[in-house]
Amino acid sequence: MTDTSTVLPALRVDGLAKRFTLHHQGGVELPVLEGVSLEAFRGECVALDGPSGAGKSTLLKLIYANYRATAGSIRVRRESASAEVEVTRADARTLLALRRDTIGYVSQFLRTVPRVGALDVVAEPLLVGGEADTSALREAHRKAQELLLRLRIPQRLWHVPPATFSGGEQQRINIARSFIRSWPILLLDEPTASLDADNCSTVASLIDEARARGAAVIGIFHDARVRERVATKVIDMERFQPRPGSR
Amino acid sequence: MTEDTSPILRVEGVVKYYGARAAVSGVSFELWPGEVLAVVGESGSGKSTLLNSVAARVRPDAGRVSFLTRHEGMVDVHAMSEAQRRLLARTDWGYVHQDAVQGLRMNVSAGANVGERLMALGERHYGRIRSEAASWLERVEMDVARIDDTPATFSGGMRQRLQIARNLVTRPRLVFMDEPTSGLDVSVQAKLLDLLRSLTRGLSLAAIVVTHDLAVARLLAHRMIVMKEGRMVETGLTDQVLDDPQHPYTQLLVSSVLQP
Repeated sequence: MTDTSTVLPALRVDGLAKRFTLHHQGGVELPVLEGVSLEAFRGECVALDGPSGAGKSTLLKLIYANYRATAGSIRVRRESASAEVEVTRADARTLLALRRDTIGYVSQFLRTVPRVGALDVVAEPLLVGGEADTSALREAHRKAQELLLRLRIPQRLWHVPPATFSGGEQQRINIARSFIRSWPILLLDEPTASLDADNCSTVASLIDEARARGAAVIGIFHDARVRERVATKVIDMERFQPRPGSR
Repeated sequence: MTEDTSPILRVEGVVKYYGARAAVSGVSFELWPGEVLAVVGESGSGKSTLLNSVAARVRPDAGRVSFLTRHEGMVDVHAMSEAQRRLLARTDWGYVHQDAVQGLRMNVSAGANVGERLMALGERHYGRIRSEAASWLERVEMDVARIDDTPATFSGGMRQRLQIARNLVTRPRLVFMDEPTSGLDVSVQAKLLDLLRSLTRGLSLAAIVVTHDLAVARLLAHRMIVMKEGRMVETGLTDQVLDDPQHPYTQLLVSSVLQP
């Protein structure tokens, strides 16, 4: 049996550049990244390494199409389609579909919705697209509870909107929300930044489990021990710094 | 989730003049089933005129607006007969006005306000109309005990909820919203936004929301159009446009508010 999915990368970035143009600061240009090329295969955890300001978060945002690339390409293999999607050229509808079925993203901060309780916030990614029947809802809640337990969120908080939670609790809600789906590609921006040792180790296990079922994980891990524990490949982002005066 | 093969709405080169001034000049976009599109811009940018041209409430001077009807495929809404257009507006479309007074009948009961659109579809059974109205009042989190009261006795927030129930009772596939939360107190606004968000997601509604409030766009919309002087200056995923605005005007809009 030839399974091409193990041969072709889940994600290919080629010659990617990002430059911000600030029209109201005299049109000043801020080059952040240049010539980024990397690949991520299924089952890999690629750690982006480099000092603050090296463009690590910017790269994740470009892959998620939150930022728009200045040059280069990002090719993603979509589960439900045979062809690759070129993220920098895809239309809005394709990008929305990609976010629905292929790419998951854990940002550093949880954007809370007023009045929605933690359990529902975590379960939501399983329920997008159409009215959920009661069995789908029950299953989503069961999975959400399992993750909240593993991430040590006290049960009394499950029905409380996370807006009032501590930074670390919000971050764990964010993580639970992102690991509830089996994303083929998972982008993690400092998932362990405000967590204690026990929760860091839970997140590391969640990453291992995601890899084991074939996810390609690309992440930023400020904590060197966490990075060593989870990464299968480390990319030095300083290679992609724009040189002064270059365009 | 199956993928739709056709947009539910196609807007091509819409132009609308008021006197010599083009309120909307050459706007085109598509909307797909289940998508919520925000149209943002300052007052006078043409966003409301665009909404009304698309919703067939004003006739554009040029361009075409096509809607995917249930039985006849894509139909040019401005080429329909007046009767067809009225039927569409009462069944498959909804329109939520900024001022609920414009979207409600103030002197009939809340129940009758919701039931009216069902009657337009031919429902005549009083008991069924009343129970459907009651269930919609519940869905928009209104006290069902107020079903026989007229909206004249309601607060602004309750009127807006009633207007939403009145629109959604026929399960429309496309809803137009003109500044749906802007006349309300901030606390009431947050609750209503939350309700709109769960209703649009839960019912897979396609919607066009005109707003000057970028936070409203962030919470409700998948995609966004930025209008300035009748033109569409930028479009993209909502978070793209808000987090990485490209056009000078969008950069100005985004930087002028506190944490959109």
